[in-house]
Amino acid sequence: MNDLERRLARAAVPPLDAERLGERLGERAVADGLLEVAYGTFDSPLGELLVAVTPRGLVRLAYDDEGVEDEVLAELAERVSPRVLRAPERTDAIRRELDDYFAGRRRDFVTRIDWSLVRGFAGEVLRATARVPFGSVTTYRDVADAAGSPRAYRAAGNALGSNPIPIVVPCHRVLHAGGGLGGYTGGLDRKRKLLRLEGAIG
Amino acid sequence: MRLPPFQALVDAHAAELHRFLTGFVGPHDAEDCLQETFIAALRAYPQLAHGENLRAWLYTIARRKATDLARARSRRPSEPMDGLAPDAEPRIGPIEAADDGLWVAVRRLPPKQRAALVHRFVLDLDYRAIGERMATSEEAARQNVSAGLRRLRKELDR
Repeated sequence: MNDLERRLARAAVPPLDAERLGERLGERAVADGLLEVAYGTFDSPLGELLVAVTPRGLVRLAYDDEGVEDEVLAELAERVSPRVLRAPERTDAIRRELDDYFAGRRRDFVTRIDWSLVRGFAGEVLRATARVPFGSVTTYRDVADAAGSPRAYRAAGNALGSNPIPIVVPCHRVLHAGGGLGGYTGGLDRKRKLLRLEGAIG
Repeated sequence: MRLPPFQALVDAHAAELHRFLTGFVGPHDAEDCLQETFIAALRAYPQLAHGENLRAWLYTIARRKATDLARARSRRPSEPMDGLAPDAEPRIGPIEAADDGLWVAVRRLPPKQRAALVHRFVLDLDYRAIGERMATSEEAARQNVSAGLRRLRKELDR
């Protein structure tokens, strides 16, 4: 290497301020109408949560356990839009609602929901589930009934198991007819905690 | 192959593209140019047929944005400032001062030579990789680097 080559290799390049770039990129993408899925993560009493919103509303909420984030973002890219950016400030409204809910200051969520990730019967089941009020519980059979197919309670169970918006669409309020807790995407421990928080179980 | 979430592209390539653009347009404009690159990419992203060679695609956009900027700069009327070349930046920051005008000289090179030098010395790539990034042969990459060095030396010796 001669002098000039060394000089080029040594030439100082200021480090990139990745956070600032992210903020500016998010703002600009919103201004240009290019931000189709914005997401952020934050802590909750049930562990870290990942929240994704579109211009139409809350599209995805996930317990951000090991390895979940990549999977969730890939699914959003494929099924909603590949224009996915980390822009936590876009999720502030729903984050505040969730904070209030966990602190016992809120019973109902008012944030708009984007149902892009649910189709057909699963959508009917989840919409019926969304009407189950705070503090009460229902059964798989009853939500299947409310969704228009009383005998399809197994399909209702599957729909609830793949609920893209847990907590806000309260699939934790759906139990077995015999009184058993049933299943839960985030694990039964979380289901129990949510029901306790709502005073539905002791 | 499906398209990955755009954020994954930003996370994987922002730092390297920023270094590339610093060499190409100088430290003052690199960040703006990087943002323009990502916004243009984001705009076109859903229309891509597949998720292959996304890095090369981003570099193509970055080079185009950098070239546009250089062109806009050279069109801009500039006031002669005691002895400085007309296309020298009026805002010379501490980094450029520390580099002793090197970036200013690099920026005067033709785009291909400039890009080749940045790939070679700022990003430390071999000629084969440079050829891939610039969509040319390994031999053309080598020629662009050596032509760039010759011309840069002349510029600096002036």
